[in-house]
Amino acid sequence: MGKIAKYTRRGFLGLGVLAAGGLAVGYYTYKKPYPNPLPETLKKAEFSFTPYVIIGSDNAITIITPRAEMGQGIHTTLAALVAEELEVDMDQIHTEHGPAAAAYYNAAMLKEGAPFPFFEDGFVAEAARGAMGVLGKYLGLQVTGGSSSTIDAFVKMREAGATARAVLLAAAAARWGVAENSLTSARAEVIHPNGERLSYGALAADAATLTLPEPPALKAPSEWRILGKSQPRVEIYEKVTGAPIYGIDVQLPDMLYASVAMSPRFGAKAKSANKVAAMVVPGVLDVVEINTITGYGFGIIASNTWAAFEGARALAPEWEAAIYPADTAGLKALWNDALDREASFTLGGRGDPEAAMQGADVITANYSLPYLAHTTMEPMNATAHFKDGKLKLWLGTQGPGIAAMASAKLLGIEASDVEVVTTRLGGGFGRRTEVDVPLYAAAIAAQTGGKPVKVTWTREEDIRHDTYRPMAEARLRGALKNGQPEALDYRIAAPSITTSVLARTFPALGGGAGPDRSMLDGSFDQPFSWPHSRFAAHQVDTAIPVGFWRSVGNSINGFVHESFLDEMAAAAGQDPLAMRLAMMKDDHYAPAKAALKAVAEMANWGQPLPEGVGQGIAHTLSFGTWVAEVVQVDMRSGAVKVDKIWASADPGLVLDPANFEAQISSAIIYGLSAAIGQEITFEGGQVMQENFYDYDALRMAGVPPIEVALLENSPRMGGAGEPGTPPVAAALGNAIFAASGKRLRALPFSNAVAFDLG
Amino acid sequence: MDLLVNGKTHHVEAPADMPLLWVLRDMLDIKGPKFGCGVGACGACTVLIDGVPTRSCVTAAADVVGGVITIEGLPDGENLHKVQAAWIKHQVPQCGYCQGGQILAAVALLAETPQPTDADIDAAMTNLCRCGSYPRLRAAIHGAAGMEG
Repeated sequence: MGKIAKYTRRGFLGLGVLAAGGLAVGYYTYKKPYPNPLPETLKKAEFSFTPYVIIGSDNAITIITPRAEMGQGIHTTLAALVAEELEVDMDQIHTEHGPAAAAYYNAAMLKEGAPFPFFEDGFVAEAARGAMGVLGKYLGLQVTGGSSSTIDAFVKMREAGATARAVLLAAAAARWGVAENSLTSARAEVIHPNGERLSYGALAADAATLTLPEPPALKAPSEWRILGKSQPRVEIYEKVTGAPIYGIDVQLPDMLYASVAMSPRFGAKAKSANKVAAMVVPGVLDVVEINTITGYGFGIIASNTWAAFEGARALAPEWEAAIYPADTAGLKALWNDALDREASFTLGGRGDPEAAMQGADVITANYSLPYLAHTTMEPMNATAHFKDGKLKLWLGTQGPGIAAMASAKLLGIEASDVEVVTTRLGGGFGRRTEVDVPLYAAAIAAQTGGKPVKVTWTREEDIRHDTYRPMAEARLRGALKNGQPEALDYRIAAPSITTSVLARTFPALGGGAGPDRSMLDGSFDQPFSWPHSRFAAHQVDTAIPVGFWRSVGNSINGFVHESFLDEMAAAAGQDPLAMRLAMMKDDHYAPAKAALKAVAEMANWGQPLPEGVGQGIAHTLSFGTWVAEVVQVDMRSGAVKVDKIWASADPGLVLDPANFEAQISSAIIYGLSAAIGQEITFEGGQVMQENFYDYDALRMAGVPPIEVALLENSPRMGGAGEPGTPPVAAALGNAIFAASGKRLRALPFSNAVAFDLG
Repeated sequence: MDLLVNGKTHHVEAPADMPLLWVLRDMLDIKGPKFGCGVGACGACTVLIDGVPTRSCVTAAADVVGGVITIEGLPDGENLHKVQAAWIKHQVPQCGYCQGGQILAAVALLAETPQPTDADIDAAMTNLCRCGSYPRLRAAIHGAAGMEG
């Protein structure tokens, strides 16, 4: 470990090398807009207005929704932003993901990557957020992640709708010889003061010859017809009729099928493989090698997917030894060694916690969290066609630009010679930001003689080759003074996700990532006024890939931090809710207080409960959304039955209430599945779990009723997809403590207590 | 072998142990049944065989006796099945990948038990949904139970 670096505002380097390189160039080029990629894609009698709106002469209106639809309803909400200002109704439009293009960069995602709490709005914090956004544009990152899509689109897609409408009005004014400001519009028609109407389609050809104006003033929220109201999902019909919309459903003429057998020991190569046995499986056509930055192994090409699976089984490769501790106990020892040494960096904090601990009542607790896999319902897959030096990928991806860049490098072609068709995603949760899936497909497609190939991973390959949520070990000490929380010493050991992701995605950067704030997200940036606190990250990197798992570091630190607050409350003999509220002294923390009070009221917090029944509470601010949750458990049978969960969530502004509620509920169930029963463990250098029988998630019978309240107190807009996850593990553990007096500090809880899942 | 799928007979040349799922998806281009686990653990591949919900990833195509209905074969012409209509009304799907299997499992449940209790739903609906659409899924089954058709 190097010398400890405390990253203050002045010393902030953000993503280190990335930021330095990006900003130096980015600052003077970022104001140039990227070109509109749509004109090249238009059919006859279609016209594009901004990169987001296509209008046909037949009045067909297409809205480009350039983010991955993985279940979060983003195509609906993004389309609503445009439709609101364009003055069209949701039943008049259809949506398309559109091409992979720099015009669709995501500035908001990187914005919150700067090491400042969300609520800190001082000049330096604002400036740093602005710089991170510029970086996103410079890199042209068309990424779906960080619960950022709506925040990123909120202004620019409404402006796209308003700008398109402006030229349509101008075209109508010219046609009629009247002043533009005498015209109105509704349901995709411009309306003359005398009541005459012209459809947008009839005006599109004229309007397309006009120069787009600066974006006109946007509507006030009080004028919204669509935003703020629940909308039916634009893709719902496809999803209830089994339409072939996912990557795994791609079907092309002359297409081959393939699967992969990659080294389950990360970074290790094959010693041997039984290629002959694989080749005699009926339907197997070829076995090819795959050597990429994300892994080594084999592609099994066949005439159907099942034959490829059977071929992979018969291939039965032997692998070299792992280059990291071979089992979970060995890895944990490494993590604890890191905790014994100096910290890698600290973030936030104040005062002098060491001095404050002297002579005080000190509470100590150690927490353990396992590696976790994503297990999207749709296993990893990609279809690739490499011919005449050009690659086409059909991919359910959260990052088409990054996939194109990585695949081009592997094949020695330009990124501009890679076309990515983004399909619908059968779940993402962060897994589908990764480049391994397109890389293996590209590697196989380069060995098929120019035929397209669909590469489908087995569930076993998927679970054993994930980019896992990091395993973490935490050591906490807290001091009380006069029965009140006085000092916190927070230390966590984990691998850096940013380091791991950059090493496989931007290897040219040499891994120089600077401090990875995700290691401490959900701890130092939370709305509590500790008189003395220190938040330290002890970075311990191995070749085991770690990645973005729904809510990222917040799900780790949210559990540790909010469990420990409960321990402090118990030690102080205080009510856990009252103690939290008393610690939220800053005016900026008002949304947290309101969320906690709201959820407490919903759950009737403080009511007398029977012996063996208990409620636990937790709050985490993540991705700009303040979420408080109460879990109630009944342990009277001896097993833990989760009776009910209440949640209050404040993203500042709710654009689609039904969808937002669905996201919070979804994120709670995702976190609850992990807290109760999920862990990835290692033996012999490889992951032991392989399918849903040993890495399951909650089913219908195990999911309690969930009641969600949406609040709009926060001054800035927050995200939807992830913030529901972080509080739930702590709220569940705190409820188990309330019901039984048993404090659980290691996830998953089912290693310590039995659960009644119906 | 001959397979009766969604009312149409298909002649298929496939190994005797090839799962029905892959015959449907890769040979007949019927993509509604989804691959999720390959071991019958998640239910994404659910089809109805003579009305019985069956995990097609662990059912050899050669062993199939009876008519296979996939999600594509559920609507009556242009008219969605009442369970599909309830799924739209309650906006059940998120990523949607498991929903074809969930809908077919619900169709089978309602055929056996037209007015299911929550306990009936818990017992019958064992398919996995990683988006956690379960609360709306439950509401939609109750909704469909109250619908004509």
